[in-house]
Amino acid sequence: MPLGLQAENLHQFFVQASENWAQRFAQEHAPFLTHLPAPLGELAIMLACCVIFVAVVPLLPLGLVLAERKVSAHIQDRVGPMRVGPHGILQTLADGVKLIFKEDHIPREGDRFLFVVSPYIIFACSFAVFAAIPFGQSILVSNLNIGIFYIMAISSVVVMGVIMAGWASNSKWSLLGAMRSAAQLVSYEIPIGLGILTVVMLVQSLNMQDIVKGQDGIANWIVFRTPFTFIAFFVFFISAIAEVNRTPFDLPEAESELVAGFHTEYSGMRFALFFIAEYANMFAVSAIAATLFLGGWHGIVPAEMLPQAGILGFVLRAVTLGGLIGVVIKTLLLVFVMMWLRWTLPRLRVDQLMNLCWKYFIPISFFNILGVGIWGLIFPTDTLLSIVISIVVIILGLILTFGVLGKSLSKGPSNSAERRISATT
Amino acid sequence: MAAPEQDSKIIELKPFTDEMIVSMGPQHPSTHGVLRLELKLDGEVVRDAIPHVGYLHRCFEKHSENLNYQQIIPFTDRMDYIAAMNMNWGFCLAVEQLMAKEEGKFPGVPERGEYLRILIGELNRIGSHLLSFGTYGMDIGAFTPFLYAFRDREKILLLFEKICGARLTYNYIRVGGVSRDTPPGFLDEVKEFIDYFEPQIDVYNSLLTANRIFIERTANVAVMDAEMAINYGITGPNLRGAGLQWDLRKDETYSIYDRFDFDVPVGRDIPELGVVSGDCWNRYKVRMDEMKESVRIIRQILDSGLPDGPIQAELKAVRPPKGEIFSRSEAPRGELGFYIVSDGTPKPVRVKAKSPCFTALSALQELSRGLMVADIIAIIGSIDIVMGEVDR
Repeated sequence: MPLGLQAENLHQFFVQASENWAQRFAQEHAPFLTHLPAPLGELAIMLACCVIFVAVVPLLPLGLVLAERKVSAHIQDRVGPMRVGPHGILQTLADGVKLIFKEDHIPREGDRFLFVVSPYIIFACSFAVFAAIPFGQSILVSNLNIGIFYIMAISSVVVMGVIMAGWASNSKWSLLGAMRSAAQLVSYEIPIGLGILTVVMLVQSLNMQDIVKGQDGIANWIVFRTPFTFIAFFVFFISAIAEVNRTPFDLPEAESELVAGFHTEYSGMRFALFFIAEYANMFAVSAIAATLFLGGWHGIVPAEMLPQAGILGFVLRAVTLGGLIGVVIKTLLLVFVMMWLRWTLPRLRVDQLMNLCWKYFIPISFFNILGVGIWGLIFPTDTLLSIVISIVVIILGLILTFGVLGKSLSKGPSNSAERRISATT
Repeated sequence: MAAPEQDSKIIELKPFTDEMIVSMGPQHPSTHGVLRLELKLDGEVVRDAIPHVGYLHRCFEKHSENLNYQQIIPFTDRMDYIAAMNMNWGFCLAVEQLMAKEEGKFPGVPERGEYLRILIGELNRIGSHLLSFGTYGMDIGAFTPFLYAFRDREKILLLFEKICGARLTYNYIRVGGVSRDTPPGFLDEVKEFIDYFEPQIDVYNSLLTANRIFIERTANVAVMDAEMAINYGITGPNLRGAGLQWDLRKDETYSIYDRFDFDVPVGRDIPELGVVSGDCWNRYKVRMDEMKESVRIIRQILDSGLPDGPIQAELKAVRPPKGEIFSRSEAPRGELGFYIVSDGTPKPVRVKAKSPCFTALSALQELSRGLMVADIIAIIGSIDIVMGEVDR
């Protein structure tokens, strides 16, 4: 399907969008919308959708920022914010209020227009990604038939905003941060794209809902479907961490090197926009990883084995990591892993970062694509046999990897290195 | 390699980019104070890094000429404020050696005073190396070790607060001994801390030292071999990291260090990790090992107990005879030297401090050429400078 808003595509776009919950909501509670001429009515529904979505999604970073502060605090033997509200849960709000009242400083020698525009670009792009992420059978803003492609395209635009911000600040540190960011984001798009490609090859669809629909029950989760997608999941997730600029890949904003990277010169609400976008991005990539590989809104137990209706069905779905709650739990788990890594690992250097991407991740990704292709030839449809073989191979692979990597890993990687150090003395 | 002009391929392969001059500091998160580096960057590659010092210059040496000897000691606190005890000690050592030049002028530091000096000095060495470990982790990008290091350093500061009332600038070691005796139960608290702290070093080693990314970032980066280190006059952990076993506490022993059993850790090649002696990793590791040795020394003091007796020598006046002295001691960051010229009055004619950080900083330019911006941070952290001591 060609991209671009041609008339027939636009219509198709709206037809697909009308599958969703907001339309049903509108039909029940605001029937006048359905009496409008067709395109207008659909447009109105889309807008209503967007309003709800724009109202809900910005609350995520609010929670995530607090979560990050609490997680980091507990990792570091501290308690974190405790003053504003019970256990400091209103701290982010207080910070937000503070940031609103800060002076809006724009460098005199900078490019005023780009400086003002770039936070909005980053902010808008990182939120637009949410439009195509399904949080349930009918909980998504727009069921695009090129959903995952749309997500990749939109998230790639973020790098434009970063470069604009770095350039417009007229600060050398910002420029360095922006250049690093450009190189990093463009490079890590590739393993991410190839990782997505492995999934698309299995599912044979770019539609996010189609990708989720085949993953009913843990054995059908794409991460376990073939051994190659298992590898692809890790490559995808690590690349995603790089994509959202988090430690160990936070070079564009490496505090100890570049002061604050591309947003060094930003203050007040403009800075807050970067900050919110960062956390929204983090949630988005985790949600995408959960959707692509970890079953999305499908739980551990296949749906037909659970009662669907009523409170009981809802609770059981949530407990088995299905439904809206299930997606959010899986996503938050991945977000937690990101936070955990951030507060544990040091940062890579630029050349090491590039090495990791070009010399390891991209070859591995190509290998995965080849592997999934061959797998598809051997097992054209998923059978019990293929799933059993896949899981056996994964387990064998894990045992082999950890067996070879060491001996050393048995007592924890750190001790082994220590032992090697002491052995040489 | 001179490319003929008509060979356009070679010219294309080696495009020339403009050098960008970046002023790193004096306000920068990782220059450990107010160091300013003039970086000449070719993209991410550092063509040259010229350190500019003097932003924290407080005329210590000139001030000293107008003060009597006891009044100078608090000024030495402000040199290396991370290891102020060792700064006090270095200065007092110089004054004592100058006084001892005249027969009967200086009776010597009493036994208990010497023990207290070593106890406190080694505790401060641990505190200083802890801070170095924490900030180095932060420079490399791991924030958590920093807070762990500060948590443990806090315990040392509390001990210091108990013994001398101050947490950063102690003015504790005086000419002839120390200023205060231990409060009741002090040694038990030191023991408690040591028992807690010794296993923590292994925890930190497994947290940061053996971390794969950390090793990647620091191993074989900015290798300073022993010859280069000697040529630059570099001392302390930076010199030992280059593989040279030189520690004044052992090789030119002062105070009563000869009574204690401890090793001098040195840097070494570890091919499995890609570590070369004299690289950033080794300079860092030497500090981690030295903390263990300091713990050993403190344990020996705790085992033998402090001898009874006075903590300070009976001195009528601190008035060294006419003459001059150069005395050096092993501070956590290297050999701290004091050159004092006296004309027999209560005030020195000239005081000159030989700062280990300053000499270490002088090697930065040569070390950092051709590396990347991130490596500069790794080097500054690994040579562990304190600007208070560089500028004085």
